[in-house]
This record gives sequence, structure tokens and C-alpha cells, in this order.
Amino acid sequence: MSLLRTPFYLARFLLQSILLALGQIWMNKTRSVLTTTGIVIGVAAVTAVIAALTGLRSNILGEFEALGTNKLYIIPYRPDTGRFQHASGRTLRFTPDQFDGLVEHCPSVAGFTLLADAADKVIRGDRSIDGARITGIQPAWHEIENRTVTLGRPFSLLDEQRAAYVCLINPETRDQLRLDRDCNGQSIYIGNRRFLIVGVVEPAVQSALFLNQGEGAEVFVPFRTHWNVWQSRLIAIAASQSPDVSDDARAEVRFFLRQTRELKPDDPDTFRIEVIEQYLRQFDRVAATITMVAGAIVGVSLLVGGVGIMNIMLVSVSERTREIGLRKAVGARPAAILFQFLIEAVTLCSLGGLLGIAGGWALTLLMAVLPGAQLDKAYIPLWAIAVAFGFSALVGVFFGMFPAFKAAGLDPIEALRHE
Amino acid sequence: MLIRLTGIKKIYQVGVETIHALDGVDLQVDANEFVAIMGPSGSGKSTLMNILGCLDRPTHGTYELAGEQTSRMGGSALARVRNQRIGFVFQSFELMPRFSAVRNVALPLTYSPDGWSNRRRKALDALARVNLADRAAHRPNQLSGGQKQRVAIARALINQPDILLADEPTGNLDSRTTEDILKLLVQLHREGQTIIIVTHERDVAACAQRVIHMHDGRIHSDQPVEQDPDVGSVVAAKRQRDSQEAV
Ligand SMILES: Nc1ncnc2c1ncn2[C@@H]1O[C@H](COP(=O)(O)OP(=O)(O)OP(=O)(O)O)[C@@H](O)[C@H]1O
Ligand SMILES: [Mg+2]
Repeated sequence: MSLLRTPFYLARFLLQSILLALGQIWMNKTRSVLTTTGIVIGVAAVTAVIAALTGLRSNILGEFEALGTNKLYIIPYRPDTGRFQHASGRTLRFTPDQFDGLVEHCPSVAGFTLLADAADKVIRGDRSIDGARITGIQPAWHEIENRTVTLGRPFSLLDEQRAAYVCLINPETRDQLRLDRDCNGQSIYIGNRRFLIVGVVEPAVQSALFLNQGEGAEVFVPFRTHWNVWQSRLIAIAASQSPDVSDDARAEVRFFLRQTRELKPDDPDTFRIEVIEQYLRQFDRVAATITMVAGAIVGVSLLVGGVGIMNIMLVSVSERTREIGLRKAVGARPAAILFQFLIEAVTLCSLGGLLGIAGGWALTLLMAVLPGAQLDKAYIPLWAIAVAFGFSALVGVFFGMFPAFKAAGLDPIEALRHE
Repeated sequence: MLIRLTGIKKIYQVGVETIHALDGVDLQVDANEFVAIMGPSGSGKSTLMNILGCLDRPTHGTYELAGEQTSRMGGSALARVRNQRIGFVFQSFELMPRFSAVRNVALPLTYSPDGWSNRRRKALDALARVNLADRAAHRPNQLSGGQKQRVAIARALINQPDILLADEPTGNLDSRTTEDILKLLVQLHREGQTIIIVTHERDVAACAQRVIHMHDGRIHSDQPVEQDPDVGSVVAAKRQRDSQEAV
């Protein structure tokens, strides 16, 4: 019986404490508003930042849906379970022969290229570029990435078969090396190997949202040449016939690769096929950094807000010393007094949190109509509201603790004697 | 025996000075007694009341209330005793200014384990006992001094305490209102309530059965009240009846 009744009493006591706290806060409206300003601003700022990032993210998703979803990135991957979960990177990596005949076996795949990246020093006479990006590509790359050769010619099948020392460069490399505009037939050194320039590749399309991939100096060599010289890890990019069949293409590639990588039926995949996730992850990394910085700023403002709360609660305890004395005289346990003041601090902070969320919401609406900010899809996700609210309440608990303990520890007689 | 004080001392250290507010008090009070404590200012009456009300702890000595040793109790246990066994009435009323009379009366129920059921009903009943049922919604600043003190008495009574303690309950009231409060106390006593009051007024003490005089932190005298024709008649009649029953 008493076991059944205890939670009921607790709930009623809680409810009454909250009502009492609200009454107390309402009585000191101005003071309460001023006190919670720090928390309001902090919460508003962080919810607005999160809303902006969320909006940006869905914009990016939209952009990719519009133009890029027919690209499939095929990347080695260590599964979490099965016999490959402890396999070394060397075991898991792709070899070119695993992709032999892929286009023929996958009807939804329109084009396909192997891709390998390295960084090396590029030299031309007395000029050089350290850490230029050296990419091994196959002929279909131009079509898939939509970057054609503007001057000269793309690689031929012969270049690929012979692993010839030929290269394509982007205008940036050409300019940095002070090459002629039409530099076909001239040669450069990559590392200590001499490569013949056969053409210039147009720069990557500038995206409003990404740090561009094609920025900086780029040199392209036939894939096989790259494989021989740099032996770096390779990935593959396939293009489906159209974005509509992208899922079919993914399934076909998966089926094909499971065979060439000799996976048993119950083995998990040892590779991943990503459509746009890679870019999103890149964005998410940046977003996480921004969120962290914003979080730190908010942390400071919550700290300042919390100290304000503590101060006002101490004032409140001192003002209501007689009330505390009376409550103790009529039988309030120290714990009940502690609880009452703690609830008051938490209520105050939670109200601040709510106001902050409202403020963040207003900011979000504002930025959504801001022209040119790419934030029209900004909104505050539910989890952010929950976290913001939770943190404000936590600040209340943390900073309310000391004043509440002080109140609970008061001697009833001294408290009643207080003027 | 409801109350048994043995060798109670309360010593204050103020700077280099040592003040013996209570200097060895032995006192026993039975259930259903009506005791008045008198004595000059500074003789330790309030100090004694606070100890009786478990608001304060003695420096030395033991206090047994209804068979329980209070000196060994922790803060929570003392709170329970204050809530369940003791009703305390203060000279300055100590009402919550923003609460209505009925909410003030109900305050102790907030801290009682069974205080949530029929809370308002109980508070209204207690107000009715002090003849203030019609002022339930009034705030303290809308009540006269005597009414405030009656609200405070109703609050003290709401948990049916073993003892009602009142430290100069009429100290802030005029003589007419004092009489109201006295009538109420006498009536409560007749209903079986154990009462201990502190007072400076002889008339007030005359309502009690037993008067204790204090001096310099000690009990100077402890005797039954001499018959007073005016104020004590009601009480006298009752005491006679009591002794007849006892025989
Ligand atoms: N907190 C305290 N610190 C120091 N001395 C105290 C304290 N409380 C009471 N005293 C002293 O103890 C003595 C008894 O005080 P108490 O309040 O019990 O007197 P009283 O009999 O109630 O007097 P009055 O009739 O004026 O109310 C006084 O000398 C007083 O100065
Ligand atoms: Mg006194």
C-alpha cells in the first residue's frame, strides 16, 4: 500500500513544488527575466546554429539529388562481423582485376573508372609544386566526373595498357608551373619520373557548398601507370544509366563484386557502395566542428547564466529565511526544503531554456528568409530542443544545489529570528 | 508521562561570555495538562519552549516526548516529530503573507505522509474549530491580529498534535482579542488538548491548571493555579469535574 502511494505523493509534491516555484518566479518577474538572460541567449544561439547546419545539410542533399546521385563510390570496407572483421587493410583492399568485366555484367552501369590518389612533387625546370594531387584514372572518368579535356587528348586504351608515362594537368598546375597555354608535348617530372603532357583537363565545377575537390594543382595519369608507380589504395567510381536506376546499379555492382571478391553467401560485404554519403560525411565533419565551437560558446554562456542563477537563488534563500524557518517548524524535512529550492532553480533555468528555444526558433525563421544564405530549409531538430532543454535544467540542478543546501541546512530557530 | 525533561541546559557562547539560558531544568507534563510558564524577560522561557517544540536542541540533558528520546534524533526524525506531535504558535503569528488562511492552515499537511488526502477539507475543519470558517479565502493582511493568531492556532492543530505550544500567543494582541484567544485555548483544553503557553499576563496564566515560574534559566516555582473568579471560572469547573472523575 505505502509502496503504491509513495510515487503518488512524490508526484504531487513535485507538482506543488513546481507551482510554488512558478508563483515565486512570477512574483519576481523582472528579476527572473534578467537572471535567465544568459541561458536564453546561450540556448537561442546554439539552437540557431544547429538549425542552420541542419538546413544546410538538407540543401546539400537536395543538390545531390538533383545532379549527382548516379555516381556510385565503391570503397573497401571492414565489416563489423564475420570472418573479415579483423582482416588487415591489405587483405581487404581492391585489386584492379576484381573489376574486370564489371560494365559488361552490370547493365545499369553506364560508365566505370578505377581511381587512385597520391600526393607527390611535380617539377618543371626551376619551378615545382610540392604535394600536388596525382590521380590515376581510366578513360571513362571524364564522362563520370563531367570534366573533359579542353586542349589535347584524353588517355587512350594504349596508354592504359602500356602504363605509359603520360599525364593530363589542370589549368592550376599549368599556371603554377608557368607552362604555355597549349602545353601539349611538353614534359614534367613527377617525383623523379618524366611524364609527357597530353592535354589539359577543365577545372571542376565550383560548388557553393563544398571546399572544392578540384582546387589546387592536379595531375592525372593512366590508372595502370599510377598503380605501378605509387601502388596506393584504389577505389572505383561507377555511373548508373540514370539516377532512377541507381539502386539497380548498386545491387548489380554489389552482386558482381561479391563474386570477384570470392565472398561466401553468409559473409558480410567487404566493400561499400556510396552514393552521396561521402560528401555528406565530409560536411558532417565540418558541421561537427562548428557545433563543437558553438557548444563551447554556449557552455560559457550557460556557465555565466548558471552563476547568475546561483546568485539569485542565494538572494532568494536569504529573503525567505523566515519562510524556511516556518516550514521547518511545521515539519519540513531538510530534504523537502532542498527539493523546493532545487525545483525552483530548475524551473527558472527550464523557463530560460524554453525562452531560448523560442528565440532560436525566431532566428531560424529569420535566416530561412534571408536571401542568398542557402538556409531556406533551416529548422530545429527535435533532439536539439531536447538537448537544449535538458542542459538548461541540468544547469539549474548544478547551480541550484549550493543555495538549496544552504536553505536546507538552516537552523529553524535562527531562521525564524531572521529579520 | 507525555513530556519528561531531565537536567536540561542551554548554554550560549557569545564572544568571551557564557550565557546559561537554561541552567538545569527538570520538568514533567502529563497528557491533557494546561501549563502556563511565566517569568521575567530573559529567564529562558522561549528557550525552553523552543526545546519543547524540537526547534532547538539542549546543550545538556534529555528530552523524552511520548516515550521517544529526541536528543538522539536526526534532522528528518525531528522534522517528523514537529510535524506530527507538536503544534507551535508564535507571538508574531508567522503566517505566509501570500497564502490564503486555508492554505496557511494546510501548510503542515504538505509535509505529512497522509497530508494529501482531503487536504482542503481538513484545513477548513481546523478553521472551523477556531471559528474562522468564513475567512478561509482571506489573506493575512485582510485579517485582524486576533484572527491571524486563530489561523496560526488552526495551523498548529491541523495534524492533531500531542502538545500545543504557544510562546506569548497574546503578546501582540489587545485585551479583548486576548480574551477570544484564551476562550479558544480553554475550549481546546476541554476537548482534551495538552497545552503549554508562555505568558507575561496573570489573567492568561489564570486560565491554566498549573503555573511554572522561571528565573535565571531555572524553574523557580511550579504550582496549581489559585482560583480566579473572573477568568478561571470555566477552567475551575472543569478541574473540579476532572478530579471527581479521578476519584
Ligand atoms: N541565540 C542566542 N544567543 C545568545 N544568547 C541567547 C540566544 N537566545 C537567547 N539568548 C539568551 O538566553 C536568555 C534567555 O532568553 P529567552 O529568549 O529564552 O528569554 P525569555 O524568557 O523568552 O524572555 P522574554 O520574556 O523577553 O521573551 C537571554 O539572556 C538571552 O539573551
Ligand atoms: Mg521569549
